[in-house]
Amino acid sequence: MKLITLAKTVILIVALSVSFQVIADRTLLNVSYDPTREFYQEYNKAFIKDWKEKTGEDVQIQQSHGGAGKQARAVIDGLEADVLTLALSYDIDQIAAKTGKLDKSWQKRLPNNSAPYTSTIVFLVRKGNPKGVTDWTDLVKEGVAVITPNPKTSGGARYNYLAAWAFAEKKYGNKEAAKDFVKKLYKNVPILDSGARGSTTTFVQRGIGDVLLAWENEAFLAVNQLGPDQFDIIVPQTSILAETPVTVLDKVAEKSGTRDLAEAYLNHLYSPVGQKLAAKYYYRPFKPEFADPKDLARFPKLERVSVDEIFGGWEKAQATHFADGGTFDEIYAPQ
Amino acid sequence: MPQSHIMPGFRPAISFTLVYLSLIVLIPLSAMLLKTFQLSWDEFWAILTNQRVIASFRVTFVSALSAAAVAGIFGFIIAWTLVRYPFPGKRLFDALIDLPFALPTAVAGIVLATIYQPNGVIGKLVLAVFGVQIAYKPLGIVFAMIFIGLPFVVRTIEPVLQEFDTAMEEAAASLGANRLQTFIKVILPNILPAALTGFALAFARAVGEYGSVIFIAGNMPYISEIVPLLIITKLEQYDYAGATAIGLVMLILSFILLLLINLLQGWLRRRNGQL
Repeated sequence: MKLITLAKTVILIVALSVSFQVIADRTLLNVSYDPTREFYQEYNKAFIKDWKEKTGEDVQIQQSHGGAGKQARAVIDGLEADVLTLALSYDIDQIAAKTGKLDKSWQKRLPNNSAPYTSTIVFLVRKGNPKGVTDWTDLVKEGVAVITPNPKTSGGARYNYLAAWAFAEKKYGNKEAAKDFVKKLYKNVPILDSGARGSTTTFVQRGIGDVLLAWENEAFLAVNQLGPDQFDIIVPQTSILAETPVTVLDKVAEKSGTRDLAEAYLNHLYSPVGQKLAAKYYYRPFKPEFADPKDLARFPKLERVSVDEIFGGWEKAQATHFADGGTFDEIYAPQ
Repeated sequence: MPQSHIMPGFRPAISFTLVYLSLIVLIPLSAMLLKTFQLSWDEFWAILTNQRVIASFRVTFVSALSAAAVAGIFGFIIAWTLVRYPFPGKRLFDALIDLPFALPTAVAGIVLATIYQPNGVIGKLVLAVFGVQIAYKPLGIVFAMIFIGLPFVVRTIEPVLQEFDTAMEEAAASLGANRLQTFIKVILPNILPAALTGFALAFARAVGEYGSVIFIAGNMPYISEIVPLLIITKLEQYDYAGATAIGLVMLILSFILLLLINLLQGWLRRRNGQL
């Protein structure tokens, strides 16, 4: 009997403390894409501390990571994200269009097209660069195997494709030549993985291919984690400006009463603390003056072309290049 | 509906079956059908006659059929070995058969790709000896499908073999049949319906398989792209109706094939005088 009473008491105490926890702490769900995992782990700690100092409130932040498209679909299907930090604005546009949970003009709400940090696409090659790859033109040479995921299933791969296209269109001056160039490039691609992490595995673990087209921060992480004696990063002269936007999902934040918190969370990304951390995790900060100069020195200079500039925005780029029957399908069509 | 049944509990049993089938199978499938109805007939037809879609259907069904055939033959040999011969470690071996059921398919795919890729342990050997590359080619798809299909064949044939009366074999032998004749005329006809069930299960599983195939296929359009990947591709473009349209056709094709196999099975049973 005594044992049962004891058990009841314990259960009561646990239940009470759990429910207190729920009442006491507000929780923010940040839905993000794959390569931001390490960055947000550290950023969340910094933000929670800062928020506690400013307001005295304890908050919790939950993270969800996955392929950008998959994450956006989860939100469309009802995942209640307070904050979105995705790889490309097109996915957030789609959430706005399909759910109406945020305003269509969301990208104007925060500075720099709502991108507190940006990235670009670089080449990862094997140590010593045995194939002598220095720029995009080397990728279409015979005997060079290029690893990049399928742009129809991967956001990162879309940046890879657009970067190659932007380079060619600038160099050769017209779209026909650009299409020809991209077609030649994809002739050198032996495997189209479905996501960026899959391609990295193919290149790094399986030892397949000579060049991996990768997010700059992923390339740095690969080199750091697997030893600088195995890979080199090659930065082409021109590449794409990858704007990785962040926003509040208004309807969800209002419903769960987290709007102030969500806005503070995103604004803090633009603060010296957020900018410094972004640079630490190999994202190019919007305000480099806040970053550690040592971190900044790791980013080589290159010309970054924006999607808006060459392709007239994501909506158009998606329709022309990646929709069914678009240019990407055409370059693979049997002759 | 009959007033009373010989077996008790007909009403609760049939109600339970209907509710269960509706919740788990019928309602989700009708939702899929409804989504497809958002498309006009022309749009539906345009999606299905797209060259790339047709190519992926060919890749998927050809691979799944060959994989099920290979799994059928090897599964039979394995089941035969497990039932008929005593050998050390038999229990362990028997348990190993079910591993593909338990393993997350993505893990299976990554492991298979690692081993069969051109620089992998087996892949390197096969490439050197036979000049054939397995992973990242259509052949890789077949390998992954065999892996996930094999347990279905073994587990459907095993019980039939266990129950198989050896007296029939003895009778055949005493009537003067040699070993080959006994196998072809006595054993095989009795095993065939079960083998076909195993084949059908392996095939159905292979057609819908995504996780393990995706890592080993190479996913080149027109060459090694499977139907489930095209469905994912459509979803990535937020084309829900297009994705369900392909899914629906895949379902219908699989259903027709499974129905044919079932009919064949029934015919074989009747021919052998079983019920």
